[in-house]
Amino acid sequence: MALLEIKNLHVAVDDREILKGIDLTLDAGEVHAIMGPNGSGKSTLSYVLAGREGYAITAGTIRFQGKDLLAMAPDERARKGVFLAFQYPVEIPGVAGMTFLKTALNALRKERGAGELDAMQFLKFVRAQAKRLEIGDEMLKRALNVGFSGGEKKRNEVLQMAVLEPILAVLDETDSGLDIDALKIVADGVNALRSPERAMLLITHYQRLLDYIVPDRVHVLAHGRIAKSGGKELALELERKGYGEFLGEAA
Amino acid sequence: MASSIDTRERLQSVTDQAYKYGFVTDIDTDVAPKGLSEDIVRFISARKAEPEWLLAWRLKAYRHWLAMPEPIWSHVKFPALDYQDAYYYSAPKATDGPKSLDEVDPKLLETYEKLGVPLGERALLAGVAVDAVFDSVSVATTFKKKLEEKGVIFCSISEAVQKHPELIKKYMGSVVPYADNKHACLNSAVFTDGSFVYIPKGVRCPMELSTYFRINAAKTGQFERTLIIADAGSYVSYLEGCTAPMRDENQLHAAVVELIALDDAEIKYSTVQNWYPGDVEGRGGIYNFVTKRGACRGRNSKIAWTQVETGSAITWKYPSCILQGDNSVGEFYSVAVTNNRQQADTGTKMIHIGRNTRSRIISKGISAGRADNTYRGLVRILPKAEGARNYTQCDSLLIGDRCGAHTVPYIESRNPSARVEHEATTSKISEDQLFYCRQRGLSQEEAVSLIVNGFCKEVLQTLPMEFAVEAQKLLGVSLEGSVG
Amino acid sequence: MAGDAPFVDQFSAAAPLPALRAGGLARYRAAGLPGPAIEAWKYTSLDALTKLGLLPAGGAPTTLEALPEAALLAVDGYRAVFVNGRFVPAFSALDGLPKGAVVESLAAHIARDPAAAEAALAGADDGTPLVALNTAFLTDGLVLTVDRGVVLDKPLHLVSIGRPPDGQGVAFHPRHLIRLAPDAVATVVESHAGVGGAGYFANTVADIRVEDGATLRHYVLQNQAAEAFHVAAVRLALAARASYEGFVLHIGARLARHELAATIAGDGVDCRMNGLYLVAGSQHVDNTTFIDHAQPGSRSRQLFKGVLDDSGRGVFQGRVLVRPHAQKTDAHQLSRALLLSRKAEMDGKPELEIYADDVRCSHGATIGSLDQEPMFYLMSRGIDPATAYRMLVEAFAVEALDEISVAAIRDAFATHAQAWLATRRAGGGA
Ligand SMILES: Nc1ncnc2c1ncn2[C@@H]1O[C@H](COP(=O)(O)OP(=O)(O)OP(=O)(O)O)[C@@H](O)[C@H]1O
Ligand SMILES: [Mg+2]
Repeated sequence: MALLEIKNLHVAVDDREILKGIDLTLDAGEVHAIMGPNGSGKSTLSYVLAGREGYAITAGTIRFQGKDLLAMAPDERARKGVFLAFQYPVEIPGVAGMTFLKTALNALRKERGAGELDAMQFLKFVRAQAKRLEIGDEMLKRALNVGFSGGEKKRNEVLQMAVLEPILAVLDETDSGLDIDALKIVADGVNALRSPERAMLLITHYQRLLDYIVPDRVHVLAHGRIAKSGGKELALELERKGYGEFLGEAA
Repeated sequence: MASSIDTRERLQSVTDQAYKYGFVTDIDTDVAPKGLSEDIVRFISARKAEPEWLLAWRLKAYRHWLAMPEPIWSHVKFPALDYQDAYYYSAPKATDGPKSLDEVDPKLLETYEKLGVPLGERALLAGVAVDAVFDSVSVATTFKKKLEEKGVIFCSISEAVQKHPELIKKYMGSVVPYADNKHACLNSAVFTDGSFVYIPKGVRCPMELSTYFRINAAKTGQFERTLIIADAGSYVSYLEGCTAPMRDENQLHAAVVELIALDDAEIKYSTVQNWYPGDVEGRGGIYNFVTKRGACRGRNSKIAWTQVETGSAITWKYPSCILQGDNSVGEFYSVAVTNNRQQADTGTKMIHIGRNTRSRIISKGISAGRADNTYRGLVRILPKAEGARNYTQCDSLLIGDRCGAHTVPYIESRNPSARVEHEATTSKISEDQLFYCRQRGLSQEEAVSLIVNGFCKEVLQTLPMEFAVEAQKLLGVSLEGSVG
Repeated sequence: MAGDAPFVDQFSAAAPLPALRAGGLARYRAAGLPGPAIEAWKYTSLDALTKLGLLPAGGAPTTLEALPEAALLAVDGYRAVFVNGRFVPAFSALDGLPKGAVVESLAAHIARDPAAAEAALAGADDGTPLVALNTAFLTDGLVLTVDRGVVLDKPLHLVSIGRPPDGQGVAFHPRHLIRLAPDAVATVVESHAGVGGAGYFANTVADIRVEDGATLRHYVLQNQAAEAFHVAAVRLALAARASYEGFVLHIGARLARHELAATIAGDGVDCRMNGLYLVAGSQHVDNTTFIDHAQPGSRSRQLFKGVLDDSGRGVFQGRVLVRPHAQKTDAHQLSRALLLSRKAEMDGKPELEIYADDVRCSHGATIGSLDQEPMFYLMSRGIDPATAYRMLVEAFAVEALDEISVAAIRDAFATHAQAWLATRRAGGGA
């Protein structure tokens, strides 16, 4: 059984069709990359996977671990192991990053039947993960994402992923806005999470990320469809040729 | 509080005495008839064996009250109060109250569960008639001893009238005059309970007052009168209220709190108010009309009010600071949550009289359901308040499109060297914030609670630790069902 | 009590539209002159006005030797001049108005079509005491109508001069009607000034309707004589996508109040109301605004700045109401006052009343003196304290004038403001 199975997914926003029949299957242990021009629907796909409101599923199905993902509330999906690293992480004033992470982790652990971590255990665990991503205590104490730079927000997303240990991680342009060193650090963080039980969907514009995180498959999303799929060499090809060949065929 | 036990004993002894006023009621009951009259005022005073001057003061207040108009300026609506349809002294035990926990509204019990109220306290809070002997009695005695060693006086106001009349005479009514407003005036005429605190010169009160006694305080809500005096160089932190929703048969609560800080003294007064708010349709619920005011009389004195207001059908209160002493500081931190049909009109007054006086106001209003939530405040800088400073931040959060959030600040400055700054914003919990939290596995209600707590953080962090944790839970519980 | 209200005994049933005016009188009588007892007038008292013994303007002169300096604006435009509330054609210049833009005096309008006039006039009277008083005594004013899509090519300058007869005060109650049909565009500048030493009371009501997509720029220079009482009520109705840019510069008058009540009755409205008040001596200046967001998706912006010297007193009351369902409202308001003297006073009451959740509403208010830091900075660059002080006060004031989008009018207002600023000395209360 595939971990994630998207079939003929059609999605509309305000009566405008954005995804026009996506088929995509991820097996456990796989990493797939999705590339594609701006506005082609990549974030839309990620939001639909996470269950954001405002997207009408006009046709198609999504099964996660064999279950109907679309029937689940967003928090239920999260507790089942679906994680989205947001393209634009949200600021939540007054809520310390640590507090937030602890609340989220305990919600997850409860679902998985693991006991809640006490404050010391939690702190130790998060600090260890944060250290790898070169995130200081100071940042963890601050209100969630408030006043963070673009790159800091992205690193914070990866930290959350590392702490929450998802089964399916969708990273929406997590590499955008990172400096060269940070890209390396984040990629190392992601690679550390690669495991036979886990699958990842990387949305990116840059071939460079895929030098660090080598994908099993690369898909091109254009005009709401998977226009082409291939191995990692497809990314190199796109880098050379651009999206020209996909842009002509407007739906 | 600790003293309420003593108070009861004292009352008993007083009522056992021959009664010198020819009041018609059967003397060996504790009950005065319904309604308000000069006789009732005399009855209360006599039962408490009060000195002549205090009776005279009560009567002056009562007579003034008769002619006083109801305050009409606040943003709250309710049917006219029937003052004759209430008990002003030891109301008889409600016969229709629940007999056991099985008869208590399961919703209420659920709330206690969520707030982590110990089992033993639940029955009491829910108004079940029990002749409980509180565990806290022994605790109370231990702490009393410790306070006595330091010379701290902490007792009921009735006891203070007997034991420390000079302090009562000097300070009671000196911050909130009996004629201040209709509700305070009524309180002055008929107050029956409340606390008295005196911290002697240079003493730092060794504990947060009233934390351990809150359960005992549960039954003293209606016409409470509190007087706290911090003598030169002293410090006290006083906690009032309880996070668990409390039922009370009395609809009208009109408390008065007076604080006096002398030179270099500091008073921190924290309140968590969670009186019964009425049901979803707004039936029942307490009218909480409170007058709280502190006078920073001395140089370098400081008074800080923190309040978390989640209960009551109507909240009408403006804990204020009169900054008389040079360099004195007033602070007001407030979270007011209204849900369903609740109405809150609350804020503060900062009156800058002395030089270099400073004030800071942080108000967070949260409105949900069909509730109305108003911040009303006054900052007044008088001509002699050289170098005075005020900073005010009022933020409102709306949850749903059928509630209201209002900000009505009055800002008056008559000194060019003073600086007054006021900011107010209105916002809602964004869909993006909610979704972000839910993507991380938080339920809708956890997400709302988390975001709201973040919104209120600046205020909550001024609460004493133990209270803060309870208050956080309370915010979540108060807003349950408001989203989605 | 109400029967004692000033002016009531001056009512004349003989003048035109007696029924309309009698209605206004009754409402005014019931309320009396407003004062601190009512919330909307908390900080402003008209007691001094009642001591003046003002006569109705009926017999007062309607002529002038020349327009007073205080009313002049170096702006090329049409001009309509009123003396003691009466239209004076001799001083006016209304030739060449574009087709579809009509200017008429209210008196002429009433004479021509009393029924239509009566219907048009009834709208603005919301029963507030001074508007009701204005209704009771209205005789003249400006009627500006701009047809659909018509652009008034030059500003219309409305000059209002108070000219009390020798040794005697006078009261007048002009009523202006401004109607912009859909997509019309107009700029109206008012200047208010006086001649002669006696007191007078100008109680003006401007009733303005800006229809769908129309744009009105409305600037007011209040530069009344030292003994004048100036109360101007603007009643503004804004339809969908309408745009209103208002500005008031207060310099003169013993007591002045500019009161704007705007109803936003459609989406996409842009309503701006800004002002600057320069107050000295024992002047009292009150700006009161009420923006009623009755429909979703509109925007309002307010900036009021004041400089208060001597025993001057400033008042700012700004209320923003967002009604249920007026979602996506974006309302912001800022009040900033500079106190230059120990005796000056500023009272403010910015107010938000919000009944919709998906909105962005905020207000801010500050009161204080000049910051020491910029003062020090300028002095450290060799500028003497008096100059530095003037520069900073001017910088504070000019920021408000920048809100005026028509450059010529901004410059003309700046000239008046600078004349006032030049009279300020350093060191008042700093
Ligand atoms: N809530 C919405 N309302 C209206 N249009 C929307 C909404 N969300 C997405 N769209 C539109 O859907 C299209 C796809 O958007 P999406 O964000 O999925 O693109 P993307 O592939 O992630 O682009 P990028 O590379 O720039 O991040 C765009 O045209 C976008 O404008
Ligand atoms: Mg995207």
